[in-house]
Amino acid sequence: MEWINAIVQGVLLGGLYALFAAGLSLIFGVMRLVNIAHGDFIVLAAFLALTTTSALGVSPLLALLIVVPVMALLGYVLQRGILNQTLGDDILPPLLVTFGLSVIIQNGLLEIYSADPQKMNAGAIETASLALPGDLNIGVLPLLMFLVAVAVIAALQWVFYRSALGRAFRAVSDKQDIAQLMGLNKAHVFGLAMALSLAVVGIAGVFLGIRTSFDPSIGPGRLIFGFEAVIIGGLGNLWGTLIGGIILGVSQNIGAQINPGWQLLAGHIAFLIVLAVKPRGLFPRID
Amino acid sequence: MTTATYSISRSSPATRIAALAGFLVLAALVAAPWWAGRADMRLLSEIFLYLSLACLWNLLAGYAGLVSVGQQAFVGFGGYMLFALAIFAGLSPLAAIPIAGLLGALVAVPVAFLIFRLRGAYFAIGTWVIAEVFRLSFAQVSSLGGGSGTSLPVAIVRSMASSRSMREATTYWLALGMAVLVLAVIYLLLRSRNGLALTAIRDSEVASNSFGIDIWRHKFIVYVVTAGLTASTGALIFLQKLRISPDAAFSVNDWTAFVIFIVVIGGIGTLEGPIIGVIVFFLLRETLADLGTTYLLLLGLVAIVVMLKAPRGIWGFVKDRTGLELFPLSRRVVDENQKNGK
Amino acid sequence: MPDALLATNALTAHYGDFQALFDVGISVQPGEVVAIIGANGAGKTTLMRSITGLLTNQPGMVTFNGAQIGALRADQVAKTGIAMVPEGRQLFQSLSVEENLVIGGQMGRKGAWDLDKVYALFPVLKERRLVQATALSGGQQQMVAIGRALMSNPELILFDEISLGLAPIIIKSIYDALPGIIGEGMSAVIVEQDIAKALSVAGRVYCMQEGRISLEGRSNELTREQISAAYFGV
Repeated sequence: MEWINAIVQGVLLGGLYALFAAGLSLIFGVMRLVNIAHGDFIVLAAFLALTTTSALGVSPLLALLIVVPVMALLGYVLQRGILNQTLGDDILPPLLVTFGLSVIIQNGLLEIYSADPQKMNAGAIETASLALPGDLNIGVLPLLMFLVAVAVIAALQWVFYRSALGRAFRAVSDKQDIAQLMGLNKAHVFGLAMALSLAVVGIAGVFLGIRTSFDPSIGPGRLIFGFEAVIIGGLGNLWGTLIGGIILGVSQNIGAQINPGWQLLAGHIAFLIVLAVKPRGLFPRID
Repeated sequence: MTTATYSISRSSPATRIAALAGFLVLAALVAAPWWAGRADMRLLSEIFLYLSLACLWNLLAGYAGLVSVGQQAFVGFGGYMLFALAIFAGLSPLAAIPIAGLLGALVAVPVAFLIFRLRGAYFAIGTWVIAEVFRLSFAQVSSLGGGSGTSLPVAIVRSMASSRSMREATTYWLALGMAVLVLAVIYLLLRSRNGLALTAIRDSEVASNSFGIDIWRHKFIVYVVTAGLTASTGALIFLQKLRISPDAAFSVNDWTAFVIFIVVIGGIGTLEGPIIGVIVFFLLRETLADLGTTYLLLLGLVAIVVMLKAPRGIWGFVKDRTGLELFPLSRRVVDENQKNGK
Repeated sequence: MPDALLATNALTAHYGDFQALFDVGISVQPGEVVAIIGANGAGKTTLMRSITGLLTNQPGMVTFNGAQIGALRADQVAKTGIAMVPEGRQLFQSLSVEENLVIGGQMGRKGAWDLDKVYALFPVLKERRLVQATALSGGQQQMVAIGRALMSNPELILFDEISLGLAPIIIKSIYDALPGIIGEGMSAVIVEQDIAKALSVAGRVYCMQEGRISLEGRSNELTREQISAAYFGV
């Protein structure tokens, strides 16, 4: 029974990992950019939510209404102001600039909030749970987060494949020059992609902050989880990313079930196994 | 009638002067235990070890195009191997350093087979995952102190040399020797056929592929050699610290972020860059380190500005304006007639 | 003579140290079809890239409808009413046939062309509208590329090497369709290596050689000798 419980909790955790991953996957798909500071932005969003809840006295879930637009705006400005200048054939500039951003965000947060772990309280919903047959208990909050993750993935999928914005994303991703001839300003399109990416990061950050305690140093770890979910699921496949997140979450929980010290290790090993057996991921879509 | 005879030469007056100056500086540094204080020697050792790490990362990223953010995997691995060999196998730390390097190269082989499947930026994060796996794995080894780490037993430390000052001089010389060794290996590697191939790959991977250069093999060799030397450097780092823990051994900030900063500031893809970068880095650190997190914030900012405004770093800036080169690496055509004054 | 719709004025272009265009001056009158011929590497595609803003220049080097557009970005130029059918079709491979067409029209410029009219011109595209664009045959892809340019209702349309790599019968059908397209009051510039084809639809011809205009004249007044001298530089 403990094992089934571990697996169910792992699946729900996987939703959060898919949220970590979705924004990463999106900007890679549109502009082949890998944002090393992605995890630090998640933590930044969590701190932003923390400040919002304590300043306004609202629930962390309501803080989403502030955190998500602020993160989106930050993403747009960052892309137009800095990251667009780094895009090109050479992979070093975007990598090193986002690496520098990561250092800046971590130390900036450290300066403002100190290294103490923080946690947000979402109220009664945190302890509520649904009793399922067979002594299985599912927390309402983890379930809600999982459902939101699925909804976010579905929405991103719709944006990418059904909306004018997604059409622009795909066109610019295919052929930047020709897309410009269609009246698309690629700098703006890239800005919107980063805005969308950081909007998802905003949701992920708030959920992270409700679910576990966080401090300024944990960003890189979240980047790695997101990255592993992307690679396991297959590049460019959003639903694959959700499955990748679930596989990661389940592996970690199974590892923890065997030995608490093996939780993270088990996730990494699952990733390495997929990399060894199917280097393009389980459901690849783009090269 | 004079026939124009040309020869290919790599040296120039600048490289010859630099070589001479280099030997003088080296001689002075070798003699440091007789003229420098204890704190200065510790600082110099640290500079040499960072210089090694920076040159190695530069070889990897600047020449072989393998942008790794996970070299702390090998620093930590080397450190832990030193401790394990000394504590469990009773090896002298001095003998353990090269063995740690060999083991580092050995463990890099399967790692390379795995992460070479990832491209570009995803390769970078893949190297990070490997470092995390190493960190978490060593944290599970309770005989090496698990998550909280362990110290090198006093008996082993004492066995290294007869007195404390002798021991300190030894570790100093080892650090200096390591930096010289790394520079020499990279220099010889770049001057070899392998180096030409690497330069070709860096300039155009597609073109060099069509010339029949086996890109994978060249990158693989560089990765494994770099891993071995990084592990040896790591062993030395923790021989100086005398204490190791998973978080210190596999710290991405200490062993990768700072190293990348050094190379980017100095000038990536040049041999001179890391040397200049390490000097700038330590000047900044010695003057600003009291600022704590603000100092790190500034480092990140400087790195971003350099990457955007002068992507080839300080040395690239100098080289573009003067054509200066201190290491005789690039070949130039010399007119033999002019040289002989005809 | 009325004011030109499009004019380049002493246009130059560089790729690094290499100068690709020298003092190029061409003009296109409203409703006119102009051909630009020349060998490979003569600078025709560079000229197209300069006009469309894929290469940017001094503001006054390109004027369109009286406005200086030389320094505008490609997306800004597109909005002024210049569309291009690029060499090699260059369809978006992640988009379906219909999405390729729709994205051409998304700037919202008013005019006669819409999805229905493009489908009426090329009925086969309607049948295959949900197919991935690059899965079509070369000729059908060229139809999509033309339709995509028309969807923006441009005042000026540039055709860059539209017959390159296509079977003769396809080329013929595309050239047969051209008068119907251009007849809508649109002006056109046709870049071609096939001189006869170019002369058959264009009123005026510019010949380019090594980045310069080497000959200019009315299609029906130029002799074969003049053209081959300007084309090959003999």
